[in-house]
Amino acid sequence: MQFMLLFSRQGKLRLQKWYVPLSDKEKKKITRELVQTVLARKPKMCSFLEWRDLKIVYKRYASLYFCCAIEDQDNELITLEIIHRYVELLDKYFGSVCELDIIFNFEKAYFILDEFLLGGEAQETSKKNVLKAIEQADLLQESQSEDWGSLPNEEIL
Amino acid sequence: MPAVSKGDGMRGLAVFISDIRNCKSKEAEVKRINKELANIRSKFKGDKALDGYSKKKYVCKLLFIFLLGHDIDFGHMEAVNLLSSNKYTEKQIGYLFISVLVNSNSDLIRLINNAIRNDLASRNPTFMNLALHCIANVGSREMAEAFVSDIPRILVAGETMDSVKQSAALCLLRLNRTSPDLVPMGEWTARVVHLLNDQHLGVVTAATSLITTLAQKSPEDFKTSVVLAVARLSRIVTSAAIDLQDYTYYFVAAPWLSVKLLRLLQCYPPPEDAALRSRLTECLETILNKVQEPPKSKKVQHSNAKNAVLFEAIALIIHHDSEPNLLVRACNQLGQFLQHRETNLRYLALESMCLLASSEFSHEAVKTHIETVINALKTERDVSVRQRAVDLLYAMCDRSNSKQIVAEMLSYLETADYSIREEIVLKVAILAEKYAVDYTWYVDTILNLIRIAGDYVSEEVWYRVIQIVINRDDVQGYAAKTVFEALQAPACHENLVKVGGYILGEFGNLIAGDPRSSPLVQFNLLHSKFHLCSVPTRALLLSAYIKFINLFPEVKGTIQDVLRSDSQLRNADVELQQRAVEYLRLSCIASTDILATVLEEMPPFPERESSILAKLKKKKGSSKLPDLDDVRRSVNGSTDHAENTEATETSVSNTVLAFSLYRTEPTGIITLPCDDDFRFVCKNNGVIYENQLLQIGLKSEYRQNLGRMYVFYGNKTSTQFLSFSSAVTSSDILKTHILQTVDPMIEGGAQVQQILNIECLSDFSDAPVLSIQFRYGGTLQNIAVKLPVMLNKFFQPTEMTSQDFFQRWKQLGAPRQEVQKIFKAQHQMDSDVAKAKLLGFGVALLDGVDPNPANFVGAGIVHSKTTQVGCLLRLEPNTQAQMYRLTLRTSKDSVSQRLCELLSDQF
Repeated sequence: MQFMLLFSRQGKLRLQKWYVPLSDKEKKKITRELVQTVLARKPKMCSFLEWRDLKIVYKRYASLYFCCAIEDQDNELITLEIIHRYVELLDKYFGSVCELDIIFNFEKAYFILDEFLLGGEAQETSKKNVLKAIEQADLLQESQSEDWGSLPNEEIL
Repeated sequence: MPAVSKGDGMRGLAVFISDIRNCKSKEAEVKRINKELANIRSKFKGDKALDGYSKKKYVCKLLFIFLLGHDIDFGHMEAVNLLSSNKYTEKQIGYLFISVLVNSNSDLIRLINNAIRNDLASRNPTFMNLALHCIANVGSREMAEAFVSDIPRILVAGETMDSVKQSAALCLLRLNRTSPDLVPMGEWTARVVHLLNDQHLGVVTAATSLITTLAQKSPEDFKTSVVLAVARLSRIVTSAAIDLQDYTYYFVAAPWLSVKLLRLLQCYPPPEDAALRSRLTECLETILNKVQEPPKSKKVQHSNAKNAVLFEAIALIIHHDSEPNLLVRACNQLGQFLQHRETNLRYLALESMCLLASSEFSHEAVKTHIETVINALKTERDVSVRQRAVDLLYAMCDRSNSKQIVAEMLSYLETADYSIREEIVLKVAILAEKYAVDYTWYVDTILNLIRIAGDYVSEEVWYRVIQIVINRDDVQGYAAKTVFEALQAPACHENLVKVGGYILGEFGNLIAGDPRSSPLVQFNLLHSKFHLCSVPTRALLLSAYIKFINLFPEVKGTIQDVLRSDSQLRNADVELQQRAVEYLRLSCIASTDILATVLEEMPPFPERESSILAKLKKKKGSSKLPDLDDVRRSVNGSTDHAENTEATETSVSNTVLAFSLYRTEPTGIITLPCDDDFRFVCKNNGVIYENQLLQIGLKSEYRQNLGRMYVFYGNKTSTQFLSFSSAVTSSDILKTHILQTVDPMIEGGAQVQQILNIECLSDFSDAPVLSIQFRYGGTLQNIAVKLPVMLNKFFQPTEMTSQDFFQRWKQLGAPRQEVQKIFKAQHQMDSDVAKAKLLGFGVALLDGVDPNPANFVGAGIVHSKTTQVGCLLRLEPNTQAQMYRLTLRTSKDSVSQRLCELLSDQF
């Protein structure tokens, strides 16, 4: 997989993960082009399309589009299920995930993705194992966060 | 699991994100962000040391701002500081920031690498994973250099935790993709292969991806993975779904791993070992069987996962292309999918069938689905599916169904989406040419193409129809008649006018006997379109007119009147004006015989690969284009293949320019520039280099101190050259400049041209070196050739009287200005040959200067930017002794020396 983008129906980018080295300018250009292309497609159309020399696999969940770019040799259907498994992981972690969860906890969305996919390939496909890893990390945070005690009010700007 | 209100909730971040979301306009958002950036900057610069939590929070805010699409130019240092925090959550944010926003600031990279090194050595699996994720996410060369030797060690070490192994495997995969040259192969490769046997399916999944990538690079080293992969696959496909517990996905056993294993097997040919081979065949059959079983779930995830494995199995079957049974079964299965209610499956079935169409075993089976595919073209609502249908029709086309397929494509073209029209036009043009038994059908088809989609008919297409008509005299009369009729439509496309103009100009005489298409009628018809056409078309029509004057003397007056009109003779366009003037003069002064010679029918074009095919390949990226012949080894159609090879060979031999001294080098080795190429001292054109793959030819012209060289690279193979690049190095006194770079891909059998400008600043002796690099079948080829640019190329011949010659000869009498050489003749001593060589060398030959008529005397001026050096020479052959004496006098001793060296080797 070369990259994965999450964006809303309004075209707002919610998550971007790049597995190939590209400049920021190129990334922005690709994002703009793809968001436009995918949003222009009607429901019921097929989930795959050719784009440049890549294959795009996308699926819409509620207000969010999940969109992956894969190479010629890669398997479209299994990519579709990679998207689904990621959605399941988010859903399980956040408890009925919605777009807002991903906006406000974007860093978590990235951490979960890294446990699931690395270098553009599935690293761990067992839902249980991925969630266990995230849970362990959260436990580490819990135990450490006690150090801070009650937070000072400087939080509000 | 509770929703996210864990202890790490950063309230300030949440507030900031809410603020941004509440912004009513882009300006408000920018304003809010700038305020935040100012705040963070002041915190980072402030006197008060920030605690880890605040640092984490601000770094996270910066990250959020960056992900919104704004630039961030600070905070990197604070993020790096977080990496060495003992608190997991701070470390994690630090790594995330680095992964997303890394730049190659060298100081930072060193610090980052230090932090990573510490975490890798920490033996804390959570920290190790964070570090490995970071390397995999960044994947930069600096990181590869720093860690590429540690990672394999971590990967195969016995005590490494499973989750770390998984990260290490994919981390190595990423580094191998970005810096393959740095990833060493070693004794660890065998142990990596053994990970396929690991207990933990997550480890096997990650390892399979890694092994696939490495096996593509060096298949030999990973050959043993085939046995293990087949064994693993067999266990998965025969397992009861529940055996694999959490690796079962919607009742499908380990779909991801299955797909990856099948993909790994596609790096290798079918196993030779009979037992292994039959075990694999069993697996593939089981996968095909499972699709026929009733679904275990109605969920789309179940069918997607099952079919993902199926499509990958079919890809392997096609890759092996050796089991007719499996190929036909695959084809039947795809045939069912062609009418499936899921659009996705229809799309994939069309795509996969394209590949099956190119196998001899399944080509016929694919053809049975033609009606379904044509129907898809007419009824699919999604353009990307229709596009696949066009591809499949193209792939399944052969002599038996070409008329039907071409007709269907033409009728689809009338309503086709604009985005795919050009491609369909190319495909129709190729099929029509390829399967034309009767060329009248071909001509009709192309004219139809122009009528239906004239705007999408590229030059290649209409050039090609002209080439074919010119090369086949059985179709010329028909073509003339047909274009004549087509041109009578009140509005016809300009491309039709071009084709019509050209064909009537060549073959209008074949239909002139019919009074309805008499010469005058033909001319009036063409000329009625003239004023609506663009300049290039008008230019073409003017040429057609002068051809008419030759073909039909009776319309000469009419055409001369047209050429003579102000709108032609005084046309603002130089090209049109020039043609009008020249053609008019030609028609007035040339005798009928001369006119007939000059305007003779065009000679046949040399046969070469269709330029349309090249264009389509370029458009599609050849990997996606099922090649009609090269791949298909059809039982009956094997002649097609032979024809193709032949065509390639002829086209190469066509480009051989006279004189070729074949030199062959083993592939993949750098060819060192050989000594000065004395073959090119006295001539400017020819083949300067040739091996089994490549031929380099050149043509050059010189004027005073400037030269222009046209270099031609001919691909002699039927495979494309990739990453083709060329460069010229030369000394400071001989400037060279490549005018345009060559396209990095050269198609098999194709020839490309490059232009080189040369400027001579002062006299020189070192020739420039042309270095070429390209990939052929995975091997990098390096070739370096000296370009034949010698000092004498900048000669201007000078005529002078005998008196002048001797006067100057005496002036150049200083000891070092004269260089003399007496040498043995290396070739037969022929006066005419010697004369030609001296003229080729660049001097003017002066007759009557030397009292002995057997001697040669010449004069010229060598031009460089800084000076002009006059040069006189005398060559005295002695046939009895088989010797020559060469004397050169110039005003500059180095020039005398160099010219003498160059010239004395020619005789």
